[in-house]
Amino acid sequence: MKLRPPTGRLLVNRLVSLLSAGAALLGLAVLAWILAGVVARGLGALTPALFIHLPAPPGVPGGGLANAIVGTLVMTLAATALAVPLGLLAGVYLSEFGQDSRLADQSRFSANVLMGMPSIIIGVFVYALVVIPMGKFSGWAGIAALAIIMFPIVARTAEDMIRLVPNTLREAGLALGAPRWQVTLAIIFRAARAGLVTGVLLAIARVSGETAPLLFTALNSPYWVSSLSEPTPNLTVTIFNYAMSPYPDWQQLAWGGSLLITLGVLALTLLTRFSLRDKPR
Amino acid sequence: MGIGPGMEEAPGLERVHAEGASRSAKLCPRGKAHFREDAVFKGLSIGGSLLMPLLVAAILVELVWYSWPALKHFGVGFLVSQEWNPVTQEFGAASSIFGTLVSTLIALLLAVPLSLAVALFLVELAPPPVSRVVGTLIELLAAIPSIIYGMWGLFVFAPFMADYVQPALGKTLGFLPLFQGPPLGIGMLTAGIILAFMILPFICAITRDVYLLVPRTVRESAFGMGATTWEVTYQVIIPYGLVGIIGAVFLGLGRALGETMAVTFVIGNAHRVSASLFAPGNSIASTLANEFAEATGTLYVSSLIELGLVLFLITYLVQMTAQFLVRRFYRAWSAGL
Amino acid sequence: MRMTLRVLAAVLAGLLAAAGLAQAQTVTINGAGATFPYPIYSQWAYKYNQLTGVKVNYQSIGSGGGIAQIKAKTVDFGASDEPLTPEDLEKSGLMQFPMVIGGVVPVVNLKGIEAGQLRLTGETLAQVFLGKITKWDDPAIKNLNPNLKLPVQDIAVVHRSDGSGTTWIFTDYLNKVSPEWRQKVGAGKAVQWPAPNSVGGKGNEGVAGYVKKVAGSIGYVEYAYALQNKMAVVLLKNREDFVAPSSETFQAAAANADWEKARDFHMVLTDQPGPKSWPIVGATYILVYRSQPEAGKARAMLKFFDWCYKHGGEMAAKLDYVPLPEDVVKLVESAWKEVKAGGKPVWP
Repeated sequence: MKLRPPTGRLLVNRLVSLLSAGAALLGLAVLAWILAGVVARGLGALTPALFIHLPAPPGVPGGGLANAIVGTLVMTLAATALAVPLGLLAGVYLSEFGQDSRLADQSRFSANVLMGMPSIIIGVFVYALVVIPMGKFSGWAGIAALAIIMFPIVARTAEDMIRLVPNTLREAGLALGAPRWQVTLAIIFRAARAGLVTGVLLAIARVSGETAPLLFTALNSPYWVSSLSEPTPNLTVTIFNYAMSPYPDWQQLAWGGSLLITLGVLALTLLTRFSLRDKPR
Repeated sequence: MGIGPGMEEAPGLERVHAEGASRSAKLCPRGKAHFREDAVFKGLSIGGSLLMPLLVAAILVELVWYSWPALKHFGVGFLVSQEWNPVTQEFGAASSIFGTLVSTLIALLLAVPLSLAVALFLVELAPPPVSRVVGTLIELLAAIPSIIYGMWGLFVFAPFMADYVQPALGKTLGFLPLFQGPPLGIGMLTAGIILAFMILPFICAITRDVYLLVPRTVRESAFGMGATTWEVTYQVIIPYGLVGIIGAVFLGLGRALGETMAVTFVIGNAHRVSASLFAPGNSIASTLANEFAEATGTLYVSSLIELGLVLFLITYLVQMTAQFLVRRFYRAWSAGL
Repeated sequence: MRMTLRVLAAVLAGLLAAAGLAQAQTVTINGAGATFPYPIYSQWAYKYNQLTGVKVNYQSIGSGGGIAQIKAKTVDFGASDEPLTPEDLEKSGLMQFPMVIGGVVPVVNLKGIEAGQLRLTGETLAQVFLGKITKWDDPAIKNLNPNLKLPVQDIAVVHRSDGSGTTWIFTDYLNKVSPEWRQKVGAGKAVQWPAPNSVGGKGNEGVAGYVKKVAGSIGYVEYAYALQNKMAVVLLKNREDFVAPSSETFQAAAANADWEKARDFHMVLTDQPGPKSWPIVGATYILVYRSQPEAGKARAMLKFFDWCYKHGGEMAAKLDYVPLPEDVVKLVESAWKEVKAGGKPVWP
């Protein structure tokens, strides 16, 4: 019996395979294009001056981004210090105490809403909450905005990681007479340590590139971080301002800053990817 | 034992526990202390968890509160008015909402087919090591911060659009009002295309999971009947996973709606509804980013916050739909066959 | 893990402590507002910081932003190119004084056209911004420039997307030279721009940035921006003849100002008479509260401004800003007597 050659269908299949591979290639090409663009334009700006000098006004050479880098680091660390304990507590509730309770469901939903919320709305929220009563832009407002963004990310990853810890560890600890809180902090956290750190790193990566929430909370400053109750220099708003300016040396600095952020965020992301890979789903 | 995740307290045991607790409290002071400490700990964790719905509620309340003057003054007409005149304090959200929707639509039109194709490649067509590497690289697109997309968009991609793509489109499809106007480079089309690549990894990741969750037996039976990979995908996997895929699309939609910096850099900042994709426009997020710090006058600030409220509500609804769909899909199909 | 946490905590504590120490020793004065004078304010602040250690942190966010922030008391001084009305000043408890004078110039991005080549009148400029003239080879423009090769290209209008005193000065000028503009659009820190292919830039920086990037575009910027970025400025016709922007033509326009009669220094310098007057000139103002919370900070602030008047002239002149004439400075500094902390005047 002669089999009818299914050429048409095979052809379509071949075509679709090619298109799919093409789509993947397109995605990779865009990634490469972006990274190449950032590296090509930013590499020239990665001089020691960038890390040591303060910004100079337009027309004055030798400016750097030192204060912006420090400001971003300080605000990110402080936001982490604020968001991580709260996030861990929330994660503990979601995985240990609440589980399927109404509060837990609501919290999980709210966490997703917060994570999907445009960060500029959070900036507006913190502006009305902190900047107006305080009477000025401040690093604290910026930290608050960043912390609000980080908090649900830490909470959700903490919940997922804590759930993975086997019950036997819990029961062993309780059987030894330890109170619940000690079992959680000393045993479960230690067991889930890698995953929890990953969650924190993910949140930090997410927040390092945020500009919109800082636009009207921390504002920016051309000086060193002197006090968090004042407008605080930061890398992202500086890049925004410099990029929109017509001055080539400022634009060069903007690229340098962009390269720094990109490298940092990509490094953190890849690190978390590889550490999460070993975790069973 | 009633303690531990996933194990619920049997009704009778509560009494036993209470008795046990009080008994241990009577028996040893350390037990009493533990009881107190645990109560504090649980309370703190409840507080931490409660913070999240509280924040969402607080944001909503605050947005409504501060947009009240504009809500009262302009009413529903605000949503369709194209006015944006800080001189006469007449404001309307039409151009911002239009820009948000159009740029998002362009992004979805480009990203959804691309994501489905990439997910197909990663799941069915690529050998596992290639799939892993390419998959990680695609996910890196999501890791790149918005401002970097903005920088690249303004300095690299927009000139490319202005010099090559827009003139070509204008020459071939210029009879359509969509592609008329000078090739500025910056504008709605450029913003939409950049958004597409920003949301691609999100839609792709969930679509990948959806593909993988369709039961093996279903897929294999289709293959067994002689279907090609494409036919299996098109006629079996996608229908089965439709709910999940739509959920993924909604998630991407949510991201695109709120994207601020990338759009602000390249959309051109014009309060105008235009038929042409080459024209500059604005989105709700870009309007806020550009004008919030400088707005004077109660109505101006209030109008801006009302824009924020609109964005919050749209994002909230989209999020709700996305979560509902994705959860429904996972619940239905993660049981497997 | 614990070690890392300890190290992180120590670093954070160290940074914050250093920050706290630093704050105890230096004065920081926060200001925000107009992008018009930003090139010179930033240089003055930089130099002043090198000389005295006092930090003046000026955020260039637009005149609208400067007014909003000083009214919200989130900064120590605001800066605006649009002077507030006496009523507004009275109501808000602010006082204003001019700091420096500059010119607003149209700039273009046209292949083959250099600075000072293109000529426009106020009326044609208004028509371009109204969207009535849409191509560069329009007869109206060609007539004014018979010797220039104008491309067949759509005009892309670049304007400000934020609340801008520069826009206020520019639209005030258009109001004066075009009845159609006055009727359809009007003047203000932000207006409804009618031209179809128009793009909004944030700050003078943004407008300059976009004009440099978009071929066939025209925008308006404060002259220092055109200078620093080597942009193609346009010659405008004043009441008598075509003039080029320069400190000379700005000064000619500013010479018409009668500051003594100006209540609260309210002054508009557009479309001034005189053969050498640049038609779009404006003064930029500083806004401070009459009643200051801290005498020390208020004094430090006024000292900075005094230094700018007395020693900043050369830097300003290099950027073609017109420093305030000495007699006007005297008027301003005598008005400073109204600035009081706890009932007592802060100056001198």
